[in-house]
Amino acid sequence: MNPAYETLAARIEERFGEYVKRIPSTCNELTFEVDSDHFHSIALELRDEPEFGFEMLVDACGVDYLTYGQDEWTTQEATDSGFSRGAIRGPVILDEADEFDPRRFAVVYHLLSISHNKRLRLRVFVGANNPPITKSVVDVWSCANWFEREVFDMFGILFEGHPDLRRILTDYGFVGHPFRKDFPLSGSVEVHYDAELGRVAYQPVNIEPRISVPRVIRRDNRYDSELTGRTGNDK
Amino acid sequence: MAEIQNFTMNFGPQHPAAHGVLRLILEMDGEVIQRADPHVGLLHRGTEKLAETKPFSQSVGYMDRLDYVSMMCNEHGYVLAIEKLLGITPPVRAQYIRVMFDEITRLLNHLMWLGAHGLDIGAMTMFLYCFREREDLLDCYEAVSGSRMHANYYRPGGVYRDLPDQMPKYQASKWRSQKDVDRLNAVRSGSMLDFLQAFCDKFPACVDDYETLLTDNRIWKQRTVNIGVVSPERALQLGFTGPMLRGSGVEWDLRKKQPYAVYDQLDFDIPVGVNGDSYDRYLVRVEEMRQSNRIIEQCIKWLRENPGPVMLDDHKITPPKRVEMKDDMESLIHHFKLFTEGYCVPEGEAYAAIEHPKGEFGIYLVSDGANKPYRVKIRPPGFVHLSALAEMVDGHMLADVVAVIGTLDIVFGEVDR
Repeated sequence: MNPAYETLAARIEERFGEYVKRIPSTCNELTFEVDSDHFHSIALELRDEPEFGFEMLVDACGVDYLTYGQDEWTTQEATDSGFSRGAIRGPVILDEADEFDPRRFAVVYHLLSISHNKRLRLRVFVGANNPPITKSVVDVWSCANWFEREVFDMFGILFEGHPDLRRILTDYGFVGHPFRKDFPLSGSVEVHYDAELGRVAYQPVNIEPRISVPRVIRRDNRYDSELTGRTGNDK
Repeated sequence: MAEIQNFTMNFGPQHPAAHGVLRLILEMDGEVIQRADPHVGLLHRGTEKLAETKPFSQSVGYMDRLDYVSMMCNEHGYVLAIEKLLGITPPVRAQYIRVMFDEITRLLNHLMWLGAHGLDIGAMTMFLYCFREREDLLDCYEAVSGSRMHANYYRPGGVYRDLPDQMPKYQASKWRSQKDVDRLNAVRSGSMLDFLQAFCDKFPACVDDYETLLTDNRIWKQRTVNIGVVSPERALQLGFTGPMLRGSGVEWDLRKKQPYAVYDQLDFDIPVGVNGDSYDRYLVRVEEMRQSNRIIEQCIKWLRENPGPVMLDDHKITPPKRVEMKDDMESLIHHFKLFTEGYCVPEGEAYAAIEHPKGEFGIYLVSDGANKPYRVKIRPPGFVHLSALAEMVDGHMLADVVAVIGTLDIVFGEVDR
């Protein structure tokens, strides 16, 4: 990695110590995992201290690690069965669970420093609570407002201190959080025009889920970290 | 006398000046905006989730449909992210072709913006002029990809095919006489590069025409000067990128600051505004069109002199030639595997950003080593810019809302994704 980034990484580690953990990167990008309780104060210092100078929040997005590393078809050893087109109704909706895996939901922030021409990625795991909750950074970067609304809409992560946490992209009255991995691709309701009611009405979706290309994970020697020295970043 | 109260007004979602499907709830005190609340998402298609269910190479087509007036730039961001994860670099010729088409796309986008922005605030002629020039550029799109808009031309590892030796020609018909056809085909006798060069030769004069109509136009200035002023500090806070940020006087362009493809080999300037109002952003975008024209000319020159491959030869990632498949078993297997299963991308995450005509367009890609992305996040510039609308129109008149929406340069394909 670029030596300037190594210096920055060392400074961040020195400054924030135990609250941040550097994640090895495959693509020469600097990533830190940040403790959720201290994220807000760290964000403020990353913006204001001249040696960091991250004036801009480029992007904030949610990630759901529920099915990370799972494939739909075994490929490690020879199989004598083909892949069924699989009309299975996805994993069970777990929204009623009291607790989530603490490393299931994360919010990923991409920062940009215009003054130093540097980028930084921060990942915050939002904990096991249902609904997941974390601190808002709208008071640090104004543009976080809509990004956090989107994360809330898509993943159901709440942001403490957000001035106006409403759904943003889905329909008025939408139920569920569509980008969660246990939300089916074709959704759970569809609309049709009901002639009797004289209006558009919802009904349960009648499309069978179908997988045309199974998700497979193949071990590939070209990308094997032991052979090439590349380091993958586990979650 | 009756007490006068604030009232709430619904602007859109079907309003020609809403640039698509924007619904704005405006709280008005007479003609003055007190509060604006944009409702977006009417065009939400879940592109990111759809991309998670498809092999990596099959989502390029979805990218065209994000910002549907700058198609190839979206593709560029996506293929760059995949290439970053795979650790591959496309051939230099492919990179020049990409840069050339990125700049063609920038012209397409800015012409569309200028025409529509002009139309919104009363300059009807601009729309007709801009669409006249767009037509030639869309012909270039069609010549390389077969499609005028949703090109699907960039591929991880290069571009779909090399530039064509000839342009499609018009044919005489009941509605078009032979004389008209000859006139239209005059510039189409050579290769695509000849056609594009002819366009580049005439285009600066076209931009002069636009400027004659608008730059010193009294009405245009009354509608744009001091409308939607954003200070450089606020622009950074609000996450502005691209012409929106440069209009506020911050010199920041990814093509210069964090060059990708071959932008570091090319000579061009970055225009910067002073006051951060709609008029300055107009000037920045018009100057960007001139600079894009310069870049295209440099690319044409390079591409004429340097033939070569436009796609990587690694058939684990790029499909083999159709001809090879006919008598080579290896190629047949590669082809079959690529189009039934795709390729696995090593575990990791990458963020690739490009200088899109509207600002920074980024793709954040998380891969867990499968043949499909684990998570795709599109960082749309328009979404961020639109989130600042409420602040920009605060205290302006109703008619200025239209001017501010115009200056934001938003397209709902990418705002709603």
